[in-house]
Amino acid sequence: MSAESLRDLWLTYQSTVAFIGLNGLLALSVYTTLSCGQLSLAQAGFMALGAYASAVLTLHTQAPFPLVLLAGAAAPALVAIPLGLPVLRLKGVFLAIATIGFGEVIRIFFVNLDFTNGALGLVAIPQRTGLPVIYAALGGALFVLWRIRGSRAGYALEAIREDEPAARTMGIDASAYKLSMLVLGAALAGLAGALDAHFNFMVAPSNYSFGRVVDMLVYAVVGGTTVFYGPVLGAAFLTLLPEVLREVGSRVGLQPGPLRLFVNGLVLLLVILFLPNGIASLPGRLRRRRAGAHAA
Amino acid sequence: MGQQIVNGLFLGSIYALFALGYTLVFGVLDILNLAHQAVFMLCAYVALLLVLHLHLPMFVAFPVAVAAGGLVGLAVERIAFRPLRGRSDSNISGLISSIAMATILEALALQLFGPDVERFPFGVVPDRTLHLGDAVVSELQVVIIAIALGMLAVLTFVLKRTVLGRRIRAVAESPTAARVLGVNVDRVIAASFFVSSALGAAAGVLFGLAFNSVSPDMGRTVELKGLAVIILGGMGSMPGAAIAGFALGLLEVFTVAKLGSSYRDAVAFGVLFLVLVFRPRGLLGAAALREA
Repeated sequence: MSAESLRDLWLTYQSTVAFIGLNGLLALSVYTTLSCGQLSLAQAGFMALGAYASAVLTLHTQAPFPLVLLAGAAAPALVAIPLGLPVLRLKGVFLAIATIGFGEVIRIFFVNLDFTNGALGLVAIPQRTGLPVIYAALGGALFVLWRIRGSRAGYALEAIREDEPAARTMGIDASAYKLSMLVLGAALAGLAGALDAHFNFMVAPSNYSFGRVVDMLVYAVVGGTTVFYGPVLGAAFLTLLPEVLREVGSRVGLQPGPLRLFVNGLVLLLVILFLPNGIASLPGRLRRRRAGAHAA
Repeated sequence: MGQQIVNGLFLGSIYALFALGYTLVFGVLDILNLAHQAVFMLCAYVALLLVLHLHLPMFVAFPVAVAAGGLVGLAVERIAFRPLRGRSDSNISGLISSIAMATILEALALQLFGPDVERFPFGVVPDRTLHLGDAVVSELQVVIIAIALGMLAVLTFVLKRTVLGRRIRAVAESPTAARVLGVNVDRVIAASFFVSSALGAAAGVLFGLAFNSVSPDMGRTVELKGLAVIILGGMGSMPGAAIAGFALGLLEVFTVAKLGSSYRDAVAFGVLFLVLVFRPRGLLGAAALREA
């Protein structure tokens, strides 16, 4: 393969590689709250807050990019505290519904905010996000989550996920841990939103609809939510899959949009039915099966 | 004023039908079926296609679409819910698998019908109007409110007075106890999915007629409104869902009249949020929040 065609290939897939990183961050933001057994579907709202905060800073001030990113992560994290205090008392499906409601309220707020052009959103945001920044952010997030695992806090989170009343009896401050993970997840979603805004040139309320959260959840669940790197695997798999399928689909006359949706849904269904711990658990399963075959 | 009450009841009757389907399944299984909105959308298309291509009158197309909705509901239960039964995290994994089913059905609709809004042909929707005091009421509004109230009455009768209804209530109370008493739990759950999805289908066809628009994403907004309704009414409470459906319809119409249309959707979520924070059991829900 010549250098020229390699470069063409890179140019074609550069944005796909960037989206893998961004989607990985978003999937991790869902994972952080799931890691203590809480399903929060407010992540698109958090992402919107981060994206808008950073875009406004860039467009209206001379703030340097690192500061802009910091603000993008901090804004939703600050909102997550007053949200989490009452809402995290809810459990399971009720928490999921409350957070869906919150995400929609944020979206409707931006639709009605004249300062950010309402439903049209902000455009012509300078492109400042590159692959190094995205992957540095992803690497940083993975590092933090890796360090948490196996630490005192990591065991506390696992205990809360398995049995919250028992964890409380053991003296674990479940409320504080749940709130911290919600705040961390909000910060990750906001960071991804800020990076995304400075990669795609624009932010608009329609980017942060309920469908967006569903995408994030699909990445996390398909990748596996019992280990910290699972969500990133899921994001990579499901971001690459449509690229591969586009070729196949165009030959049999299927449009890429519905095909991507269909495959997302099908993969999610198959994983939840047959591989509840996600793709990340696949190697272990295969190893066990082979060991079983040897024994027999 | 009178006009707004009529409009609110009209919108509310569709919300109530939709939310009753949600709450029926939640009451029986403790699982939120997020594929409900896809059934709602799909059956609006079924009615539309029957009218467009087979030239059936609406009063034939409507029951066919409702029955089709029930069958889709049976399929959803079989594929996405039954295999998960007995798993310890079944309420979260069920939620996720129902999202998967919704995505698949929505993708099918997009592929088959395209993303554009389709409309019923002229003449299918009655356009005569009546004057009721100072309110102008269209014939369509009257018919929709009547159908919704009629279905509510039938549903109440089925749940309170028939064998199936008693079995559904028994399974909702305790699946184990119902099984011990000889109830075929799997069959009762399938039946409640059939009824629930038929209600969702009816809401879908009526919604499509009411706004004369059918599109693959029409279920999305109604889905979120439906969540607000079942939370306001109290999870699993059928009368609660019906009352809350009408209440939300009225509230939205009055918000549009007083504050402007862009805040309409915020009302539902404002209500949802306040109820969850201050009175999680809703208007008529069971006393204690279930450990879930």
